[in-house]
Amino acid sequence: MSAPEPTAAATLRLPIRGGVQYWAPPLTVAGLIIGLWYFVSYVFLDPSRSYLLPPPHEVIAAYWDPAFGPDMFEALWNTAIVALTGLAIAIVLGVSWAITMNQAAWVERSLYPYAVILQTIPILALVPLIGFWFGFDFTARVIVTILIALFPMVSNTLFGLKSVEQGHRELFILQRASQWTILRKLQFPAALPAIFTGMRISAGLAVVGAIVGDFFFQRGTRGIGGLISLYQARLNAEPLFASILLASVFGVIVFWFFGWLATRMIGRWHGPI
Amino acid sequence: MSEPAPASTATEQGAALLDFSDVQLTYPGGTTALSGVDLKVRRGEFVSVVGPSGCGKSTLLRIASGLETVTSGDAHVATDHVGYVFQDATLLPWRTVRQNVELLAELRDHGRADRREAAQKAIDMVGLTGFEDHLPRQLSGGMRMRVSLARSLVMDPELFLFDEPFGALDEITREYLNDELLRLFAERSFAGLFITHSVSEAVYLSTKVVVMSGRPGKVVGSFDIPWDMPRDPEIRYTAEYAALVGEVSHALREGHDS
Ligand SMILES: Nc1ncnc2c1ncn2[C@@H]1O[C@H](COP(=O)(O)OP(=O)(O)O)[C@@H](O)[C@H]1O
Ligand SMILES: [Mg+2]
Repeated sequence: MSAPEPTAAATLRLPIRGGVQYWAPPLTVAGLIIGLWYFVSYVFLDPSRSYLLPPPHEVIAAYWDPAFGPDMFEALWNTAIVALTGLAIAIVLGVSWAITMNQAAWVERSLYPYAVILQTIPILALVPLIGFWFGFDFTARVIVTILIALFPMVSNTLFGLKSVEQGHRELFILQRASQWTILRKLQFPAALPAIFTGMRISAGLAVVGAIVGDFFFQRGTRGIGGLISLYQARLNAEPLFASILLASVFGVIVFWFFGWLATRMIGRWHGPI
Repeated sequence: MSEPAPASTATEQGAALLDFSDVQLTYPGGTTALSGVDLKVRRGEFVSVVGPSGCGKSTLLRIASGLETVTSGDAHVATDHVGYVFQDATLLPWRTVRQNVELLAELRDHGRADRREAAQKAIDMVGLTGFEDHLPRQLSGGMRMRVSLARSLVMDPELFLFDEPFGALDEITREYLNDELLRLFAERSFAGLFITHSVSEAVYLSTKVVVMSGRPGKVVGSFDIPWDMPRDPEIRYTAEYAALVGEVSHALREGHDS
């Protein structure tokens, strides 16, 4: 409705993220991990077995190696498209599923078990089957991604919709608000923090799901998962670690993005997620 | 709830806007919260209810607002314009002060310009001018309560229900808001039904104080408060005031023991 007032923005400033205070602890941990890595590569491992864990700089160098670098980034791009498509569908589907269940107790009783089954079903065992049904390319990979990423969206949204305080609900009931109005003006906004938490979890899972998909589906466009299994088979240690690292960094970026998005969208009233 | 009385009697000076007779309410769990309650609130009256906690005071308001239905007896409310201020401010945290104050009018589909104007008036009336675009988390407890008050004022209620609205506030803020409430009561001619656990607050605010017994709650005493509205804050330091507070407290203790 109205533009945010400068005073409101000023009093709501988030903790300062620039200072040494803020960055020193995580950087120290990063330094320790890299130190440990060097220690294992050079001191702990016998030179003849150094392929088990090549030192960090050799792993990083693989990104600039024309034999590996371009392949890796192209594969990451393919995986990213699968992950983000699957995630988008999982978000829409999960939120709709939860809203549907929220309409009546009997609907929830009928539909919730299937949401739980999504979580407990051994998806890895299903993956080859999905390949047979939908081919080994984009569609099948997106479906694997959705299956893995859907549950947190369903359960978090449902939890959020139900988190509405009784007093707030009665405020609406006293004005004879319809169920649709209550959903739109009360339950949905109240559920946003939980929905964003769900998105963050699902985003991480979507990346895992897309990688699992192309790890198993060696046919079709090569994703980062496919590349990982290829390097594994060929005992190409440096690019193997480099591509695992790349996939993880991508996951972290997606996770951070949703944290940032949540703070932007609802941080003003809810605080950072 | 029962049928509203015809409009002609409802708008008459002195007609009972709220009329409970022999009201009993038993919750589904089997707790009988109220039994044999008789209570009237007329236009121009501000009635406070004091009683031990759990005696059904909130239940009384829930019946008056239509959130609960009586198990037996009659509960007449002769107006559709009922304001209800809960114990918590119950503001929507994602809405600004202005948007919160507009909420009820918005839910009743009042026009945008109308509700904007009514909201601004209510905000000015509770002394929050300049805070329109603040969010609830940026306000103190007392300010939030005032937003909650303004939210109900927008609907221009004829019957105003208050459930221990200032119970969680410090003494100074509470006294300050008491005076504001008295001023509002003088400006807008609503009928008030006010729940509190503070006897001195009840005596200071009301034209009548009603004392309830422990569960199941029933009315065990009723005291007319003589001073004119709006009240002089200084009456709180008079001997008469102290005597009245003493009498009500005494009735409260007797009701509790019985
Ligand atoms: N929804 C409910 N279901 C069952 N029992 C309730 C419910 N609400 C209140 N009660 C019970 O009814 C009694 C009166 O409650 P209430 O009206 O809230 O008392 P008060 O406001 O005077 O403290 C209490 O014993 C309480 O536990
Ligand atoms: Mg109560």
